[in-house]
Formats: sequence, C-alpha cells, structure tokens
Amino acid sequence: MNTVSAINAGDTAWVLIATALVMMMTPALAFFYGGMVRKKNVLSTLNLSFIIMAVISIQWVLVGYTLAFGPSISGLIGALNFAGLTGVGASPNADYAGTIPHLAFAAYQMMFAVITPALITGAFVERVRFKTFLIFALLWATLVYDPVAHWVWGVGGLLRQLGALDFAGGTVVHITAGFSALAFARVIGARHGYGKAPMEPHNIPYSVLGAGLLWVGWFGFNGGSALAANGLAVNALVTTNTAAAAAGLVWMFLTWMDNKPSVLGIVTGAVVGLVAITPAAGFVTPLAAIIIGGLAAVISYYAIKFRQRNNLDESLDVWACHGMGGAWGALATGLFATKMVNDAGADGLFYGNPGQFLVQAITVAVVITFAFGVTFVLAKVLDARLGLRVTDNEEEVGLDISEHGERAYA
Amino acid sequence: MTKKIEAIVREEKVNDIKDALREIGIVGMNVIEVRGHGRQGGIVLEGRAGTYQVDMLPRVQFNIVLSDHNVDKTVETICKAAGTGRPGDGLIFVYPVDEVIRIRTGERGHAALMYPDDIDARREAALQAESIGVMSGALMPEP
Repeated sequence: MNTVSAINAGDTAWVLIATALVMMMTPALAFFYGGMVRKKNVLSTLNLSFIIMAVISIQWVLVGYTLAFGPSISGLIGALNFAGLTGVGASPNADYAGTIPHLAFAAYQMMFAVITPALITGAFVERVRFKTFLIFALLWATLVYDPVAHWVWGVGGLLRQLGALDFAGGTVVHITAGFSALAFARVIGARHGYGKAPMEPHNIPYSVLGAGLLWVGWFGFNGGSALAANGLAVNALVTTNTAAAAAGLVWMFLTWMDNKPSVLGIVTGAVVGLVAITPAAGFVTPLAAIIIGGLAAVISYYAIKFRQRNNLDESLDVWACHGMGGAWGALATGLFATKMVNDAGADGLFYGNPGQFLVQAITVAVVITFAFGVTFVLAKVLDARLGLRVTDNEEEVGLDISEHGERAYA
Repeated sequence: MTKKIEAIVREEKVNDIKDALREIGIVGMNVIEVRGHGRQGGIVLEGRAGTYQVDMLPRVQFNIVLSDHNVDKTVETICKAAGTGRPGDGLIFVYPVDEVIRIRTGERGHAALMYPDDIDARREAALQAESIGVMSGALMPEP
C-alpha cells in the first residue's frame, strides 16, 4: 500500500487541533492547581506545570518518543530508531495512524507526555526544591512514562499484547501520575503546619477557570485519540462530556449532603469524570459514560476523605482524583466496553467477555506497582543526593520569593 | 480633648455605617481591611470533600478622629448601623489623641478636624439659632 498517498486532510487537521487542545490542558492544570495553594506559592505552583512543557518537549524530541513508540525491544521499551525524531516525518506510520503524518502522531503524543508529570506536581506543591524537581521530572518521564506508554500503546508492548484497552491514557497518564504522586508525597512529607494551620485555597476562581479549560481540552485528549476525524472521535467526545457532567453532578450532591454544594467540589468532580472516561471513551456508549463518571465521583470523593483521615499531605489529591479515577476507569473499560462502539476494541464483562475485565485488572495492578515503586525509589535517591525539600525558612516565606525571587501580587 | 474611634465591624455593614455617620455629620474617616476573631471563634467553610474551620475572618476597621463631645453620639450611631444581634458584630475602641495636624495648612488640634457642615459646624449653628431665640432645629441644615 502506498502510505504517503493515504494521508487524509480531515484526519490530519483534527489531530493538529487536538494537539493544540491537549497542549492547552497543561497551563489549564497550572491554574487548577495554582488556585488551590496559598498566595505565597502560586507562581511556584503555576511554574511547576509550565516548565514541564519546556522540559518534556525537549526530552520527547530527543528520546521520549522513540522509547515509547520506537520498534519494540521484547515488549519492554522502544528502540532508539526515532531518537531526535529522525525519520519521523510527513509520511504516516501505519502502525499507529495510517492517515496522518507520523510527525503529527509524535506531536500529539508529546502533549500527553507533557501533561502527565505536570499532574504529579499537585503532590508536592509549596515545599519542593525546584532544582531537584527539574531532575525528577526528566528522570520520571524517561523511567516511568515512556516505558508504560510503550507497554500499553506501543506495537509489541507487553500490556498491549495482553489485550489491555486504554483509549486515551487512563492507565498511561492517570494511573502513573496518581500513584507516583502518592509515592512522592510519602517521601517528601507533609507541609509544615499541615493539619494544624488551615491551608486555604487562595483563589478558587483560578481553579474553576482551570477546570473549565481542562474540560474543553479533554475533547482533544479523548476525541483526538481516535487519530481520525470519524465516528469514533465523535463517540469519544460525547462520552467524555457525559462523564464529566455526571461526575460534577454527583460530587455536587456529595458535598451538599455534608454541608453546602461546594464550587471547588463541583469542578473537581468534573475533572474526575474526565479522568475516569479517558481509558473508556472510544470503547463505551454515552449511557455507560454516565455510570463511569458518576461512580468515579463517589470513589474519588471518599478517597480524598480516606487520605485526609490518614493524615497524608498528598496536597492536591492527585492520587485520589487521577490515581483512583484512572484505576476505576481502566477497570470500568473491562466492564462496559463493546464492539458495537469500536470493533477494533473488545467486549467487556457486561457484554459477555469476563476475560477483558481480568486483562484490565492485571494491567492496572502492573502499572500501579511499577509507577509507585520506581517513583518511590527515585524520590528517595534524589532526596538523599539533592534534597527534595526547601529549608524550613524558605518554606515559611513561600516558594515564590525563596525559589524564584518574585511575588505573584504586588 | 481629641479622641480616636476604632470600630471593627462586619464587611457587609460598611456602607450602612458610612451612610449613618455621614448623616450625623462625621465627614473624615478611613477604613482598613483586617482579619481576626473574637468570641465568635470562626466559621466553617466547604472544601472539595468535607469542611474546614477558618478562624481569621475578614472585618473592616473604621478610624475616626473627633472631639470628645461627639464620641457618644458617634459610638451610638455605629452600634446601631453595625449590629445584627449575632456574635461577630465587632468591637469599638476609643483612645485619646495627643495632636492632629492638617498637612496642607499646618492647622493643629480642633482646627485641623473641622470641615464645612460637619458635626461641630451643625452644633454651632444650632447653638446660635437657640441663642437668638429661634426653635432649635429650625435652622439645622438638612442632613
């Protein structure tokens, strides 16, 4: 088949737009997180996400893409054929997307590689040493994200061979980020005064703005993962929107039963719904998306309460929202997936294929163990060598001044 | 004798208090935003999942410098405008002031506190009216 002539302008246009939409999610995340920290740390928090766009963009071009999507070495990691994006050009790579330039696929995937380590930053805001964080982000992308992306999405990857379904990164993005956040938070320890002094979100409007833009961007995240402008992309977009809506509503009722309908709660719920539908978006129906989103809100809500009861300062609940939301989404894909939506997918348990649920469960377990384990060791080593935390005095003053010499509001 | 009133009040009462003070002829004042708590303790706010307690609540502090004989009426006015009857209405402190200097003119003491149609100007007008045998209040300027 002549692959060059197979390029489809509509598909390429959609993937380019989706690339831009996913790119926007990282600054959106910066504001989602930035609103939830104290005033003295808002620039630092925004920057943890923003600088990741720079760091990982370079890492991805140099080695990230080829480690994730290069020709598989025993299903474990990609070979270095595409290092520096050599040979990744205008012709399609039929292994992944036969109707768009290979370089468009690489660029689209770059934005996923960027946002994932940015998600983790919620675990250690307001106390992390910036220099150590930069090294952590680079190593984490190389040692955790790239291998897991290869296992789940790479042709010949171990978990893909097993039959794992992950439409847009519930496992690759959200489980890795969420459980790495948990590991990192355990190593770095709580912020000073955690549990005693109130650590109020300083600007909830930022968080509402960030969550709103995340919702928009997620149409690119999930809709774009069809890698074509087709019916599957539409299905993914509709299930995505539906799950976010269901989860926002359920979270609203959960906080309402406690006291009053919290705005920060509602927008958090919407994000959790988006997380949970991510692995399933191109495999399930809109009706299933209501259940997946609605239950995700319940799971993450009680995961936050559990985390609080255990006095663990995983500061912005990356584990509860992304780790648990992503794990539920991956398992739910094994329940609700149906070939009626996507015949390249599989049927789940509710469509007579319990094996798929088992595959999903194994995948979730493997990725949780790997992400948590590697991140825990990485954080320990970096802590011993460079120090993960700023000094007590620097933490009290706030990272905006002590790490960056700037203040957010003059 | 010159006094200073510091009144710490609810944010939502600021406009009512300002209007009531203007009505009795208190012209000069300034306000600062403060945080704190008294007997009320604090309030409960809604988090993402569950509630939390906040004990440093936003309040507004009025600063007013005025003559001794106007203190009672002013305090009474503030209490009436600021009160809701619930804990958290605030407190008023009254202090002696050593000296007042108006920067523009160099005036000191009582002269530095005078404004056209302020509480003292009205008082003077009323006293004069009384002394020439006219019913007190008939010449009182409309508030």
